[in-house]
Amino acid sequence: MSNTPLTPGITAGRLPEESYAAQFSDLHPVLDEHEALVAADRCYFCHDAPCMTACPTSIDVPLFIRQIMTGTPEAAAKTILEQNILGGMCARVCPTETLCEEVCVREVAEGKPVEIGRLQRYATDILMEKGEHPFTRAEPTGKTVAVVGAGPAGLSAAHRLAMYGHDVVMFDARPKSGGLNEYGIASYKAPDGFAQKEVDWLMQIGGITVVNGKKLGAELSLEGLKSEYDAVFLAIGLAGVNALRAEGEDKGGVLDAVDFISELRQAEDLSKLPVGRNVVVIGGGMTAVDAAVQAKLLGAQNVSMVYRRGRARMSASEYEQDLAASKGVQIFYNAAPVAVYGNGSVTEVEFEYTAEDGGTLKGTGETFRLPADQVFKAIGQTLDGVPDEVEITGGKIAVDAVGRTSVSGIWAGGDCATGGEDLTVTAVAEGRDAAEDIHAKLMEG
Amino acid sequence: MADLTSTFCGIKSPNPFWLASAPPTDKEYNVRRAFEAGWGGVVWKTLGEEGPPVVNVNGPRYGAIYGADRRLLGLNNIELITDRPLEVNLEEMTRVKKDYPDRALIASVMVPCDAESWKSIIPRIAETGCDGFELNFGCPHGMAERGMGAAVGQVPEYIEMVTRWCKEATDLPVIVKLTPNITNILAPAEAALRGGADAVSLINTINSIATVNLDLFAPEPMIDGKGTHGGYCGPAVKPIAMNMVAEIARNPETANLPISGIGGVTTWRDAAEFMALGAGNVQVCTAAMTYGFKIVQEMISGLSQYLDEKDMALSELVGKATPNVTDWQYLNLNHVTKAEISQDDCIKCGRCYAACEDTSHQAIEMSADRTFTVKDEECVACNLCVNVCPIEGCITMKTLEKGEVDPRTGETVGDYANWTTHPNNVAACSAE
Ligand SMILES: Cc1cc2nc3c(=O)[nH]c(=O)nc-3n(C[C@H](O)[C@H](O)[C@H](O)COP(=O)(O)OP(=O)(O)OC[C@H]3O[C@@H](n4cnc5c(N)ncnc54)[C@H](O)[C@@H]3O)c2cc1C
Ligand SMILES: Cc1cc2nc3c(=O)[nH]c(=O)nc-3n(C[C@H](O)[C@H](O)[C@H](O)COP(=O)(O)O)c2cc1C
Ligand code: SF4
Ligand code: SF4
Ligand code: SF4
Repeated sequence: MSNTPLTPGITAGRLPEESYAAQFSDLHPVLDEHEALVAADRCYFCHDAPCMTACPTSIDVPLFIRQIMTGTPEAAAKTILEQNILGGMCARVCPTETLCEEVCVREVAEGKPVEIGRLQRYATDILMEKGEHPFTRAEPTGKTVAVVGAGPAGLSAAHRLAMYGHDVVMFDARPKSGGLNEYGIASYKAPDGFAQKEVDWLMQIGGITVVNGKKLGAELSLEGLKSEYDAVFLAIGLAGVNALRAEGEDKGGVLDAVDFISELRQAEDLSKLPVGRNVVVIGGGMTAVDAAVQAKLLGAQNVSMVYRRGRARMSASEYEQDLAASKGVQIFYNAAPVAVYGNGSVTEVEFEYTAEDGGTLKGTGETFRLPADQVFKAIGQTLDGVPDEVEITGGKIAVDAVGRTSVSGIWAGGDCATGGEDLTVTAVAEGRDAAEDIHAKLMEG
Repeated sequence: MADLTSTFCGIKSPNPFWLASAPPTDKEYNVRRAFEAGWGGVVWKTLGEEGPPVVNVNGPRYGAIYGADRRLLGLNNIELITDRPLEVNLEEMTRVKKDYPDRALIASVMVPCDAESWKSIIPRIAETGCDGFELNFGCPHGMAERGMGAAVGQVPEYIEMVTRWCKEATDLPVIVKLTPNITNILAPAEAALRGGADAVSLINTINSIATVNLDLFAPEPMIDGKGTHGGYCGPAVKPIAMNMVAEIARNPETANLPISGIGGVTTWRDAAEFMALGAGNVQVCTAAMTYGFKIVQEMISGLSQYLDEKDMALSELVGKATPNVTDWQYLNLNHVTKAEISQDDCIKCGRCYAACEDTSHQAIEMSADRTFTVKDEECVACNLCVNVCPIEGCITMKTLEKGEVDPRTGETVGDYANWTTHPNNVAACSAE
């Protein structure tokens, strides 16, 4: 007896066995050579290009596109990777519609930007498939740096520091490196184990020792790291999650969206991963969209995404919202959860409509209920596990423009630190810049 | 990364990419920016004689033709040599050369056609510390009417004479820049060699009218209702320039004369092609004027990747294709190829069909479901379909092996044989 999207409750195998691969395949397939040349041809090679300014890692977009155009995608890849060592992942996950492509002069003029993200992927894929690593490690300096957290920020910093010849030890609490590249990014953005392949490729620089399963605050202490290493870079992301603060949120079937996604990302066989018939996702960011879309792709019959404010305030881009809608996710705006009902496990969620009144959000008194076997909370992640001695502002580690924290010898970057949006590409930029500063500091004398 | 260091007629530069004498090299500000961007050398905008400098028009100087998407393919200009005082240029050149000793700085010169003018200005310019001279015998407008530029470049005896004056006046290398506005490029090249030139550079711009205003009935760029012919350059002139470079490179008399290739160089590939045909380095004008100095970065990365992939030194590339440039009569008439369409790549636009059916050999078949295939028995292998197909690599030429039968002629493919021995050639020498 096989399951279908209509099967009640939370169950696995709602779709025919063979359809999972197609459901979770590449959202944007890689360009072939002809497509890449046609796409590259559209670039005007702008001076002081807006796309380059909009890229948090300041990739020289016009140059790399020209290098593709002239038949040297390997040189293009090098141009990309010099600025952004995770250019392969960024090409897949950057919300280009709010970054480089948003400001491309051809978007402004014609509403159709040069496909920068896909061209970036074309070039980096070609280089990485050859197994080539275009950078070499400098002579060892004898200096040591501890990097805590092996997500984009940690990887980017570790690579740059290793390239300069420092000995890097990269710790992570999780069993695999990659951070949210491995445990968070929607699976259709980076299929086929790309996150691990990229980590392996990055490690070819040499000089980086990876230590998994060690957590700052448990096995590791900041004091210990400080005394053992010449510098410490904290890149621990946001390990905590916000609570709903709705009655009954401890019922069965109510989960953190990030846990659902990480389980999905690690699943060997998606047909064995249970999902509800009626799924409700609460939140308005990228995590909410990813949880909703992937629940739908797993075969849930009804997936709703409920956001407490209006469409314009949603942090998921218009493109992401449209993507969710196109996969059949229903989005409710201006509604906040008040209670979760069910006998042990959730069966319904009650929401109250909201209205914004001079900046503050108020309930209108009108409510409605959505049937739910599964509820995913995606209302934001929080900083977790930072030692008290480090100064925190607005829920993040306070850093200056080059990543220095309030404690001398300790730098931080990525989602755990202040500055920039919480994006992969921003984490890469911050990791790289902190590494530059650490290097400068270590070489001072 | 391959070593791109170049030595051209004794002049060293970190790479073989020089900016040609033109607006990009007209002043210190530009040249400093160019060197910062990575250019290996510059030929300073042509200097004229002392005294009041030439004047330029005050209306539009340029006209252009475009490809799809308004890509600039050809540029036409009616600009003259530098319109800034000689003294100012010399001071600037001195400063720049001092600050960038590793880059090549060449002085381009054009003064009236008398020994005194040339012999007095050359040593003066040499005081700037420049690495060599380029004699501008090419400017096709404005200066030619005054007996300079192309007016000299079109008369081989003048080229020889002026070159000799300059060689007598300096020990630095003298490069003679040739005009393409002649019938046979060998005459001026040989004249330069006789005069003692260390190298030639080519091409300067080609006489041209870019566009005609169909409301005001005048050529453009239009100055107050009138236009004049200008000089044509940019990607469109590259094939013309490359042929001239190859002619000089394979001509026994000039074979050892270094050539600086100019005309439409826009990417690393263009540069590599010029060099393979025999150019020791290249000069660039229009590409820089279209895209800015930064394009040199693509040229550098592309050429070095290419050399790495070929495991070849830059010096080995120079002239690598020259031996394969020959005369038509020596081409192998027993080399038989047939067009082949990759059905996987074909997008069924029908352009190959239109081209072949209407204008060539009716060798492409179109089925009711728009499948396009080549009829080997009709295909003469002209390559037109390959050239008009919008998909690169979709139509290719397959070579028939020796012993195979050409379905068009019914003849078996044989050994190399060319026109000189062909039976239809009345002048053919018999094979005995
Ligand atoms: C579901 C989801 C989808 C997303 N989709 C996108 C997207 O499409 N595009 C995009 O640009 N961004 C996306 N983001 C944001 C992006 O993933 C993050 O901005 C980025 O990963 C931040 O990198 P980081 O290195 O700062 O942190 P992380 O990637 O979070 O890495 C932190 C690492 O530190 C480790 N760690 C945590 N605490 C400790 C500790 N105490 N001791 C030791 N190690 C510790 C963790 O195990 C983890 O490996 C998404 C985020 C989520 C949650
Ligand atoms: C606006 C303009 C001005 C030029 N002025 C000179 C000049 O003063 N002296 C000279 O030798 N060549 C001059 N040239 C010719 C260029 O140096 C070069 O030979 C020609 O443009 C071909 O190269 P390109 O196709 O890269 O532009 C000029 C070209 C242009 C477009
Ligand atoms: S890294 Fe991201 S933002 Fe930067 S150019 Fe590439 S796709 Fe655009
Ligand atoms: S803004 Fe667009 S057209 Fe301009 S350089 Fe960037 S990608 Fe090219
Ligand atoms: S021109 Fe090329 S793409 Fe068009 S029909 Fe012919 S083979 Fe196919």
